Amino acid sequence: MSNTRLFLLAGLMLALGLALFASPLASGSPDGLERVAEDKGFIDTATDHGLSDSPVADYAVRGVDDERISTGLSGVIGVLITFGVGLGLFGLMRMKRESKDAAATGEET
Amino acid sequence: MHIPDGFINAGTSVGAGVVAAGGLGVAIKKTSEYMEDKQVPLAGLTSAFIFAVQMLNFPVAAGTSGHLLGGVLAAILVGPWAGVICIAVVLIVQALFADGGITALGLNILNMGLVTALGGYTLYLALRRILPKRKTSVIVAAGIAAGLSVVLSSIAFWAEFAIGGNVDINLSAVFGAMVGVHALIGIGEGLITAATIALVLSVRPDLVYGAADLPTNLQLRPQADPAGGLS
Repeated sequence: MSNTRLFLLAGLMLALGLALFASPLASGSPDGLERVAEDKGFIDTATDHGLSDSPVADYAVRGVDDERISTGLSGVIGVLITFGVGLGLFGLMRMKRESKDAAATGEET
Repeated sequence: MHIPDGFINAGTSVGAGVVAAGGLGVAIKKTSEYMEDKQVPLAGLTSAFIFAVQMLNFPVAAGTSGHLLGGVLAAILVGPWAGVICIAVVLIVQALFADGGITALGLNILNMGLVTALGGYTLYLALRRILPKRKTSVIVAAGIAAGLSVVLSSIAFWAEFAIGGNVDINLSAVFGAMVGVHALIGIGEGLITAATIALVLSVRPDLVYGAADLPTNLQLRPQADPAGGLS
């Protein structure tokens, strides 16, 4: 296994580990924006999220009752989806460049 | 820092959506121009790592938390334009988790992607220019720029709120509160960013876009040792 592959695998393991084991320990307090919205009185202008019925809404997997496991699992799902979407998108951009390069070379010859 | 639906009116949200879409268009074009094979999985990993760390809210004051935004981290790892895309991917996936409003997606991409990755990276470059050219400077500049990027992002929210807030309240009080709490969150952002960059620099300095100018990186190229044949 090349050094780069090993690095990527270790990085992905770290992200998955943080999502699974550390996210259930994260602070549940409102974040900075929510705190300001509460203090200054505009928190109530927030409306329900369009995907609040999503099976992973609010970082909890529907059907998994244990809160910590549910949060951790939702994190793992999110990390994997993000990695997949990122790979796909950046891969497409790489291909776009390749075809552009090929076209440019074609014109020269 | 994720704006939910409803905080900002429709017109302002649409306006921010147009700016965000335009910014993403430029980002895709620029990234397509320089993306190398080895950067594809690294950019995917950067997105995934930021998704994970954004879940890790840390306490900053009584009853208040903050989490990494990651724009500067992504920009230094994979370049500012690819960094914008990394954050946009994170924000779009987070919508599945009902985090950050759907109509507010443009606002959130603008504040947490474009403002932090481009604005923060500009700060990073400015700091690198005045600091000596070595590894420590990369780490220090990354931390400071990341911390300040959170404050920039909070000011961007305030500006949007001033234009299109759905409630009539004292704007200068909101400004003070936003900048105050996000200065604290920025300390966490700076520490996490500096630690992550230090970690990657220690194992694979050649993978850090924002450190490509370091002499250690240049030496990684196979080079003939002038004295090699003599000994």
